[in-house]
Amino acid sequence: MKRFLALLLMWVAAPTAAQTGLPPAPYADRQLADPQQEAAARDLMDELRCLKCQSQSIADSNAPMAGDMRSQVRERIAAGETPEEVRSWLIERYGNWVSYNPPIASAVTWPLWIAPILLLFAALWLARGRFGKTRDDE
Amino acid sequence: MNRWLLWLPLVLFGLFFAAVATGLIMPKDNIIESKMVGKPMPDFSLPAAIEQRPALSSADLVKGKPTLLNIFASWCLPCIAEAPQLLELQRAGVEINAIASRDTPEDIANFLNRWGNPYARIGSDTTSRVQLELGSSGVPETFVIDGKGIIVYQHIGDIRAEDVPKILKLLEDAK
Repeated sequence: MKRFLALLLMWVAAPTAAQTGLPPAPYADRQLADPQQEAAARDLMDELRCLKCQSQSIADSNAPMAGDMRSQVRERIAAGETPEEVRSWLIERYGNWVSYNPPIASAVTWPLWIAPILLLFAALWLARGRFGKTRDDE
Repeated sequence: MNRWLLWLPLVLFGLFFAAVATGLIMPKDNIIESKMVGKPMPDFSLPAAIEQRPALSSADLVKGKPTLLNIFASWCLPCIAEAPQLLELQRAGVEINAIASRDTPEDIANFLNRWGNPYARIGSDTTSRVQLELGSSGVPETFVIDGKGIIVYQHIGDIRAEDVPKILKLLEDAK
């Protein structure tokens, strides 16, 4: 029984050793001193996709890689880069995929912007008979 | 005409169903390729990861001959799986440099003692800074770099035995 418990404990402990023993990057979870810069960095982090857990933003994710990306974002903004410069720096390396704010003028991502408008018009067209005057045929 | 229009919602639903079903049956592959392939190695300079091997900077990757840059970590299981293949490539005369991702000198030394050390130089990237510069999204990854320091290929994931001939060919072509 004792051995079983010991085994059980080891199993619980394993995930903590699974990734890395290092402390996170300096600004992964530390705010910038300047509140305006911190706000700009935060807004950008909400719009950058985590490379590891791909449905989360780096602001949401606990993956070490996301922490490293947050630190990069804060360090670059503290060094005077604008959020858009940081975003393009990442897009240059990972493609539009990495940003949750896809460009309108791109061969792949324009439907994301146009489709909702088209659907809205389609819905209006479908519902057109129900607007306006009462119908005569009833 | 209206009689046929009646079927439109059903057709639309069919399309929607097909889209969702495909997504469930064949989950999309989430590998993010680096856009740095075809571009020169970004400038970087990393400290030595272990005492026995020198540090790594981007200047060390412009060798006049093709080289490999392997990104690995002692905490990464597939890195163990690819260790024999890296040793094989090294025995074939390939220069392999490495970036150790988020790692400590002791752990790296243990890892290399256990699984072999095919690396000429190892830089320590404790905050993934250079990994992000490279457009790399995980470990292990291997970049084929030509003699002028241009990235010609990115291998994502561990190098399996069947990948070795391909890597050797890429190195040969990059000459």
